[in-house]
Amino acid sequence: MNFANETQTLFNRLADSVFKNLEANEAAQLNLHAEESLFVRFNNNKVRQNTHVHQKEIMLVLQKQNREIKINFSATGDFEWDNKTALEQLKKARSEAAQLPEDPYLVPLKNNGKSESKVVGHLLKNTDVMNELTAIAEGHDFTGLYSAGPLITANRNSLGQDHWFSTENFFVDFSLYNNEKSAKSLYAGRSWNSKDFANQVRLTAQNLALLNRPKVNIKPGAYRTYLAPGAVAELAQMFSWGATSLSSYKQGHSALQKLADGEKSLSKLLSLQENFAVGLSPRFNSLGELASETLEIITQGTLKNWMISSRSAKEYQVEGNFAGPGESPRSLEMSPGTLAEKDILKELGTGLYLSNLHYLNWSDRPNARITGMTRYACFWVENGEIVGPIQDLRFDESLYEALGENLVAVTDFQHIEAAVGTYSHRSFGGMKIPGLLIQDFKFTL
Amino acid sequence: MVELNGLLKTVQGEADWIGLRLMTEKTTHRTIRDEKPENNFSQLDRGLMVEVLVQGHFGYAGTSDLTATGVLKAAKTAVQIARSAAAKKATNFSTDFRPPSKGTYRSPRISGLDTLSTQELMDRFIAATRAMKVSDKIISRIASTMIVESHYQGVSSSGAEMDQSFQMVNLALMATAAEGSEIQTRSNKGGAVALQVGAEIFDRESLLQQSRKVAEEALELLTAENCPDTKMDLLLAPDQMTLQVHESIGHPLEYDRILGDERNYAGWSFVKPEDFGHLQYGSNLMNVTFDPTMAGELASYAFDDAGTPAKKEYLIKDGLLLRGLGGQESQARLKLAGVANFRSASWNRAPIDRMANINLESGQSTLEDMIASVEKGIFMRANKSWSIDDYRNKFQFGCEYAKLIENGKLTKTIRNPNYRGVTVPFWSGLKAISQNRDTLGTFYCGKGEPNQVIRVGHTTPYCLFSNVEVFGAS
Repeated sequence: MNFANETQTLFNRLADSVFKNLEANEAAQLNLHAEESLFVRFNNNKVRQNTHVHQKEIMLVLQKQNREIKINFSATGDFEWDNKTALEQLKKARSEAAQLPEDPYLVPLKNNGKSESKVVGHLLKNTDVMNELTAIAEGHDFTGLYSAGPLITANRNSLGQDHWFSTENFFVDFSLYNNEKSAKSLYAGRSWNSKDFANQVRLTAQNLALLNRPKVNIKPGAYRTYLAPGAVAELAQMFSWGATSLSSYKQGHSALQKLADGEKSLSKLLSLQENFAVGLSPRFNSLGELASETLEIITQGTLKNWMISSRSAKEYQVEGNFAGPGESPRSLEMSPGTLAEKDILKELGTGLYLSNLHYLNWSDRPNARITGMTRYACFWVENGEIVGPIQDLRFDESLYEALGENLVAVTDFQHIEAAVGTYSHRSFGGMKIPGLLIQDFKFTL
Repeated sequence: MVELNGLLKTVQGEADWIGLRLMTEKTTHRTIRDEKPENNFSQLDRGLMVEVLVQGHFGYAGTSDLTATGVLKAAKTAVQIARSAAAKKATNFSTDFRPPSKGTYRSPRISGLDTLSTQELMDRFIAATRAMKVSDKIISRIASTMIVESHYQGVSSSGAEMDQSFQMVNLALMATAAEGSEIQTRSNKGGAVALQVGAEIFDRESLLQQSRKVAEEALELLTAENCPDTKMDLLLAPDQMTLQVHESIGHPLEYDRILGDERNYAGWSFVKPEDFGHLQYGSNLMNVTFDPTMAGELASYAFDDAGTPAKKEYLIKDGLLLRGLGGQESQARLKLAGVANFRSASWNRAPIDRMANINLESGQSTLEDMIASVEKGIFMRANKSWSIDDYRNKFQFGCEYAKLIENGKLTKTIRNPNYRGVTVPFWSGLKAISQNRDTLGTFYCGKGEPNQVIRVGHTTPYCLFSNVEVFGAS
């Protein structure tokens, strides 16, 4: 039996056992995260470290008398062992729930239906990864991470809800170097293709070669700037950090506060939506609620919807849209515009071409101002021609300006930026993002 | 330990060396917002990392399957992937890189966490958020904690036997005030209260006092002046110095960054191998130590994950860069002396070079003398925004709260204080350090591929810097 099937059997047996042991006034849910991952870390086309991880985690959610306790525990895969743990934690959850005050915003568990998605990928054999990648990247200072294997999220509850999402995928998040000059790339998917990866390495090497031109030192100031999809993805990531959440808005922590209150505006060229058709993450959230396939967040510069979890909906007495507990997009798409790839440099004219940004943070959240750095292949362009690479520059700019009246154009193409986060476990999801042409983008250091 | 040694015997065989690292960790989150429960969540994480040395290369296999079959399977996988990578390995290692250390560690505490029931903790947090209700303009009141009880056992085929247990707490109290479109948040020390400590940190009177203070200061900020855009002397409190030390000293001194392992993720470093012993990092007042032996600081321990005994080392002395942050593997690759900092986030990640406790040693000044010495300056407290480039040069940081210093005295309250600078010039402008220090930390230092968060501590004094670019909100 493969990893997904054996994990599904275990999960179902544990869920049946826990639900059978509930008392009359109790409801419970089990959430599963499981993965079997190979991580290979490369530096200068050598293997620095390689790690295999076999990981199963189960979260028990117990609701009793308007109180809720969640306990997450590691599972071995052995039913007897894990069942003993699960029933011990059920007992403990009961004891802790009795010590909590009532929760007025608790969302009672209900049957949010059933779904099943199982994707089988075509991955490299674990023992072939090192030779395959180093052979293709031979001659390059190739540095980065290969990550691959089966990945599962699922939940079942005592009311009959049953969702399963398993996939097998990989990514190679890498950069090539020529001393301190570097170009970044990502090759990700479900079916490994050596030719595709080789092509990605070749294109990245071409970008790196552009950096051989003499460096141009740029003074702080405001410049016409093209942000490639990789750079826009970093900006868009900020919408997941206390911007689109109704709860954040109500508590004074949303960067879109002034947009919602009509004090500031964004460009009609900007549209953001949740779009599960991108296909990188499941539609069900940790409660098992199925979000709509699409949800307008910002349409032509106007805030259309906050992301609203059922808990927030109850607290603020509004209709929810089945956002997750963090109320951030899980499958964000920024709509394309009309700027063709071949016209980017011409329309940029004289200014900065930025492939990537780095280490962004809100510097003035109520005014949606973000600071961060340029990184990797970033160039000075004059009259539509690349002159040379620039030094690292710090920007400090408000979204109300960069994505407001200073947004000149949006590209007519989008890139899929697959999630490559591996904190605690591999991430699902990703974004579909175009490039942006912005005037007077402000650099400070 | 007996059980782990038994497992070790069953999996020995094909590797030149094998080590087992069993991690058992309970993390408890408790949050009250506006006197109501918000998040009650526990995590019981348990797993084993099998580490093997095959043909000069270390391979790792982590598993949550702790059955004998599961451990054996992990051991075979570790051998298999180590062997398949050996021909492409970055460096040749030997068993010398995993010393056979033996010993124990236990976090200091006055009262055990079991002395405080869930109900009592909830009651105290409800009272704390009630104490923040000093005005109708306070729109959000939060009391939150994360309690981590961690047990690490390590054994190896060369005879290592290590047993370390940690009890750690993060305490966050936060109030947000709003009037019209003006919104301000104050917290207890910018969320950086993170220590190896017992239940004494939840003292009811102290919680109430801190809660009232953050709420009153959030309210005060609503009518405060915006931070001016200018250059002036900058006095930083320990709850901002912890971030300043972390980002502009800790990270650039990590050997794996200098070696380029981190280039594709967290970044490189402006520090070069030849800078050690030569680079004047800052003013000669500056003395920085790696100190995993400091009682109660978040990243204190007896051994790192390679088994290297932890001890205090000077990284910077009188402003001169002496030593970096690298475990035995990086030390060998760079041919430089380092520290015991080869640490992993958990059982499912390989160890890498991390900060532990990175501390700035005390100076000679009193805080009062430092303020009195400033003709025109600003005193900033509590970090709220941070960003620095991938070489750790150009930084921009923001704080929650500030006071102007005019003619040697604290005057107006200032909101939205930010400053920016470049690492070495900034530290060269350090002109006074206080005698007293505060110990803070964070559970969330992110780095590594695959990604890892790790706990770090920083004990820092008040510091005065000359002629820094400061600015406010739009």
